[in-house]
Amino acid sequence: MIEFKNIVKKFGDKLVLNDVSHKMETGKTNLIIGTSGSGKTVLQKCLVGLFEPDAGEIIYDGTSFTQMSEDDRKLLRQQIGMLFQGSALFDSMTVEDNIKFPLDMFTKDKQQEKLKRVNEVLERVNLIGSNKKFPAELSGGMKKRVGIARAIVLNPKFLFCDEPNSGLDPQTSMLIDKLISDITRDYKMTTIINTHDMNSVMEIGDNILYLKDGKKEWTGNSKDIIFSENKNLNQFIFASEFLQDAKLHRMMEAKK
Amino acid sequence: MNLFTHIGKYLLMLKGMFSKPENPKLYWKEFMHQCSEIGVGSLGIVVIISFFMGAVSALQAVYQIVNPLISKTIIPQIVRDTVILEFAPTLICIVLAGVIGSKIASELGNMRVSEQIDALEIMGINSKTYLVMPKIVAAIVMIPMLVILSMVLGIAGGRITAVASGVVSAETYDRGLIELFLPYNVFFAMMKAYTFAFIISSVPAYFGYNVSGGSLEIGRSSTKSVVVSCVLILVADYILAQLLL
Repeated sequence: MIEFKNIVKKFGDKLVLNDVSHKMETGKTNLIIGTSGSGKTVLQKCLVGLFEPDAGEIIYDGTSFTQMSEDDRKLLRQQIGMLFQGSALFDSMTVEDNIKFPLDMFTKDKQQEKLKRVNEVLERVNLIGSNKKFPAELSGGMKKRVGIARAIVLNPKFLFCDEPNSGLDPQTSMLIDKLISDITRDYKMTTIINTHDMNSVMEIGDNILYLKDGKKEWTGNSKDIIFSENKNLNQFIFASEFLQDAKLHRMMEAKK
Repeated sequence: MNLFTHIGKYLLMLKGMFSKPENPKLYWKEFMHQCSEIGVGSLGIVVIISFFMGAVSALQAVYQIVNPLISKTIIPQIVRDTVILEFAPTLICIVLAGVIGSKIASELGNMRVSEQIDALEIMGINSKTYLVMPKIVAAIVMIPMLVILSMVLGIAGGRITAVASGVVSAETYDRGLIELFLPYNVFFAMMKAYTFAFIISSVPAYFGYNVSGGSLEIGRSSTKSVVVSCVLILVADYILAQLLL
């Protein structure tokens, strides 16, 4: 579980995160949602230590991350996997080498064992046979799946995903969502996803934190959203007429 | 950002490079890769420039020394001393600042913009140790070797053209080369090569590592890193000459 309390982050005079607190639960897909510029990415970067919050505390499974030494943070980071918005695959390495890189760096396994593990995670993300391809040869969806494979290769306890659906078609987005959701349950990870994809919110949102202008505006799950009367949340989630109709449909279904 | 902020961030980056490698094998592999990129990758341009640099110095020495009272052995001595003292270490390093410097800055800049550096940090890897340190060490190992090669090729280029011009015989040229030779000059040139190698690798690494923005910024930082490296090489050249000669 990851808990953060009263997180404040400023860039110059601009207050980006204003006293944000929440708990991210284990074995669930925890979503941080909000409009562009609401502070989702900054919050996620604070949680993994790429940014230092100006105030507040971050706690990983009862241990304070904010007060940890740099060496302890490095050890903890070996239990963290992250899928970046642009996948952040190493251009000069093949898919296999990209996935094997954390294993080479942190394990003393034999080469054959490492390759076996690489093939296991490639199978998990449905990319068997892509071992020798370079990132430039992959589609956006494939890159994301390789990014997920690299993130889970060390069996992390915590998985962070920064807008995993950005730039993907709806069908591939759904596949990625399902993959992340299944991995979260199968490996009992604490998964934190930044998204403004409404499909993700409705399909895999076990625990949702809605940020507005850097402040916590609403929390709940995908079922609670349907019945929420929060005006800002409704404007954000059900922005189009189509989505408003979908909401009515879901409400009727839920009442049945 | 003002100059002092840049200097402070540059020093912090250098300080941050020193940490225990997670897996020394991978760091060694990266170091060897950088040696190949920096050393072998720059070999062609160093060979061409050095040869013509020596050839032109020999021709200019022949052109200026027309007095029959002056010994012809002065021509190889001029070529030898200009090549060893200035052309091989300084000129070659300025060229390498463009070749290697822009490559380092754009490579790291691209890794920063595409979040590959963040990915390393999230994995628990010190990105400065893994990415910057091997580049600087490889440059310090390979660039002095390139400078020595440049000295040899420059002097050889001078010999070929001086002999071909018919003014100096091969024997006279060879005799002139060993007359009044000061081994200290080679030591001085190597001191310059090590200093410039550090500048050529660390300054572009700083600019590349700290890029923010998009592809336009990568190009800008690459250009800026080459300009700053060249200016620093000239300043260091002056300081070393003042201190060591």
